[in-house]
Amino acid sequence: MVNQIYFVPLLPLAAFVVNIFFGKKLGEKAGWISVITSAAACLIALPIMFGVARGGHFHHEFLWLTLSNGHALEFGYLLDPLSTTLLFVVTVVGTLIQVYATGYMHGDPKFSRFFAYVSLFMAAMLTLVIANNFIQFFVSWEIMGLCSYLLIGFWFEKDSAANAGRKAFLTTRIGDVGFFIGIMTLYVASGSLNFRDLHHLQPHALLPMAALFIFCGTIGKSAQFPLHVWLPDAMEGPTPVSALIHAATMVAAGVYLVARSFPLFEAVPQAMTVVATIGTITAFMAAFIALTATDIKKVLAYSTISQLGFMVAALGLGGLTPGTFHLMTHAFFKALLFMAAGSVIHGTGTQEIKELGGLFGKMKHTSWTFLIGSVAIAGVPPLSGFWSKDEILLTAYNSSQRWIYWVLLASAFMTAFYMFRLVFLTFFGKARNHHIHAHESPVNMTLPLWVLAAGAILLGLPGSPFFGNWFQNFLGGHGEHHAEHVINWFVMGSSVVAATGGILLAAVLYLWFPQGALKMGEIFRPLYLASINKLWFDELYKRIIVDPWQATGRWLFAFDKTIIDGTVNGAGWLTLLTSRIHDVFDKYIIDGLVNLTGAVVQIFGAFTRRIQTGLIQNYLLIVFLGVLVLVYFELK
Amino acid sequence: MQFAIYALMVISVVWAVCAVTLRSLFHSALCFTAVLLGIAGIFVVLHAEFLAAVQVLIYVGAVMTLVIFAVMLTERLTDVSVRANNQQIWIGLLGGVAFLTLLIKVILVTPWPKHPDAVAATVMTSENTKHIGIALLSQYVFPFEVLAVVLTAVIIGAVVIAKKDKPA
Amino acid sequence: MIVPLEHFLIFGAIIFTIGLYGTLVRRNLIGVLISIELILNSVNVNLVAFSKATSMAPETGQIFAVFVIAMAAAAVAVGLAIVIALYRVQKTVLADEVNLLKW
Repeated sequence: MVNQIYFVPLLPLAAFVVNIFFGKKLGEKAGWISVITSAAACLIALPIMFGVARGGHFHHEFLWLTLSNGHALEFGYLLDPLSTTLLFVVTVVGTLIQVYATGYMHGDPKFSRFFAYVSLFMAAMLTLVIANNFIQFFVSWEIMGLCSYLLIGFWFEKDSAANAGRKAFLTTRIGDVGFFIGIMTLYVASGSLNFRDLHHLQPHALLPMAALFIFCGTIGKSAQFPLHVWLPDAMEGPTPVSALIHAATMVAAGVYLVARSFPLFEAVPQAMTVVATIGTITAFMAAFIALTATDIKKVLAYSTISQLGFMVAALGLGGLTPGTFHLMTHAFFKALLFMAAGSVIHGTGTQEIKELGGLFGKMKHTSWTFLIGSVAIAGVPPLSGFWSKDEILLTAYNSSQRWIYWVLLASAFMTAFYMFRLVFLTFFGKARNHHIHAHESPVNMTLPLWVLAAGAILLGLPGSPFFGNWFQNFLGGHGEHHAEHVINWFVMGSSVVAATGGILLAAVLYLWFPQGALKMGEIFRPLYLASINKLWFDELYKRIIVDPWQATGRWLFAFDKTIIDGTVNGAGWLTLLTSRIHDVFDKYIIDGLVNLTGAVVQIFGAFTRRIQTGLIQNYLLIVFLGVLVLVYFELK
Repeated sequence: MQFAIYALMVISVVWAVCAVTLRSLFHSALCFTAVLLGIAGIFVVLHAEFLAAVQVLIYVGAVMTLVIFAVMLTERLTDVSVRANNQQIWIGLLGGVAFLTLLIKVILVTPWPKHPDAVAATVMTSENTKHIGIALLSQYVFPFEVLAVVLTAVIIGAVVIAKKDKPA
Repeated sequence: MIVPLEHFLIFGAIIFTIGLYGTLVRRNLIGVLISIELILNSVNVNLVAFSKATSMAPETGQIFAVFVIAMAAAAVAVGLAIVIALYRVQKTVLADEVNLLKW
């Protein structure tokens, strides 16, 4: 029992509460609160990670709610090699990025709120990582989506940022709906939502549907085709956000979901095929678009989409270990790349490649770390990216769908190409805009860069043959891949060739013969147009989905307006009419009645008062006559 | 003897009729005086001598004097063309006749309890007045005293009403 | 009695009716007062006749009649005082012309 693991998400949650309520008073210290809680979480997690590495499995749950049909919703943790890996990645990278953010966000008026949101995100992500059932997973998934929305639209004064936040939330929402349907289907099919029970799945007709719908969540959150459109726009958020959420952790949650539900997917081979296909398409398509992007962060965003496609493809081919391995290495070097890009933006004030150039001399730390990250992502040995990408290519090569191997190889080639295009255009050559005076970033931004760079260089080694493929053994308790650790030189060689080939081509077109790029663009004009227009996905969605929806809304609004306004006006007019009738009616009736009463009294009175003649003899006469009548009747 | 009594009654009735119909008020007052005297005579016939004397003394002596005084004070003797009667003549006549027939019918129909001893007591005696005096001051002394008070009040009242308002 | 009781009563009734007619018909207020006196006299006649014919104490009726005479005199006195007061103000003694209390 390692119940202290509960503190790991609780500490950032406490930081969130403190920063939200007391942020204004804390000012710049809010950042340190977030960093300290994150570091503390990392320190608490570390011994547990060692425990699991030695072969321990820990789990615990307590009852949260009991539903009417007897099923109990739980809240707990499950610590096995997979979740420990993620835990390591999230806590380490998260802490480093938050340190970086204290420098990047310095001077922002909403400084404390930023760190509150980041802490909330960390709490949610850590809860997700240690979750032991789908419901807890889904809840933290949603909270992460909320934090993503809040952080993308952090500078909501800019219309583009607010729109991007909304776009991200809505697009991932579509995936989340599918995810939830998948959870429900799984419950119907298996009767349990606990991850451990997935190992004991009985065949059921609904299992394919469950698997596919759960995968919808991944399509949304990990920006796979066709729901990838939100991630490039999400670059409107501050760079630390891009690094933390949209490179290292949140988008990886989708991959983690498939990994966690791996027994379910393994039971449904058709679902695995779908997963692999979508991953491959995503990897290739995103790399294709990244070839012509001119915004540093956009290039990195498409790169992230592409790498996520790699991971998803690997999982779809049955490679749980390669996929997770690449997730870990990608987290480090992508976060590094984003942070370095942020450093460039911080130092030069722009993120357009067309404005930059020749930064190598002026921003030493940034340039070197960016270069290291680029080499890692390109897949040059012995950096981390090579080992994890090689594993994926190996899995693809050995699978029954070898076309995936060739497509992924081409994508790897394109990855190396566009990354070094970016490097050469930004850091080498001559500065294109002489008004920009670049300066290096402060140490609290460059130090994390170097730490991550170290990770990018070294983290691949635990999974390499040099260390006896320790990582794969640690992760893959299944025993499937034990026999596979025979070095396939063809695959390894082709991956090195792809990487170096890409770098060389980039050097040719952008460094040695700068006009080469333009020439290539003219020759392959249709391809160029397709790439620069991001394959027209946004326009397509707008035409098919957004515009008709908005048109319906407008039509409904006009309809409502006519009906409701008409009704209200009609009611008002009717009321007026009735009141007028009423008024006339009343006037004649009531006035008539009153007048009538008066008139009757008057007539009666005019008639009756004549008795009072004032002459006593008349009165006497009346009395006498009355007496006479009385006497007469008495005597009768 | 009876004839005289009936004659007295008839004449009294005739004088009464004159009293209410004569235009001149003075004549009317005089006729009324005659009626009073006639009634005094009736009283004598009924052996109520004291009452007859009182009648003549007070009615004829005091009341009629007062009435004639008033007539003289208020009558516009020159104005003879004024009608004596108002518009109610016919109704009064009709009503009176109806009333009279009713009364006479009642009188004739009702069996009056005539006391035989009372008849004997109607014989004229000198004890009559004595009995009246005794009764007045023994049995009817209270109404007697009240009468005195009332008359005093009447005197004062009459004086106050008829007094001339002093100019302020 | 020499004359039957009923005849005295009828005589009284006739005088009464005449007096009643007079009160209703006479325009002159003093004429009205005289007519009222007639009525009171007829009452006296009735009283005496009754007491003489039906009562063991025949003086009862006479005493009552004395009182009636006294009251009648008082009434006339006050009435004439009123008439004189009225004449002083309105300059008339005709009942027809004293109708200020009409509607």
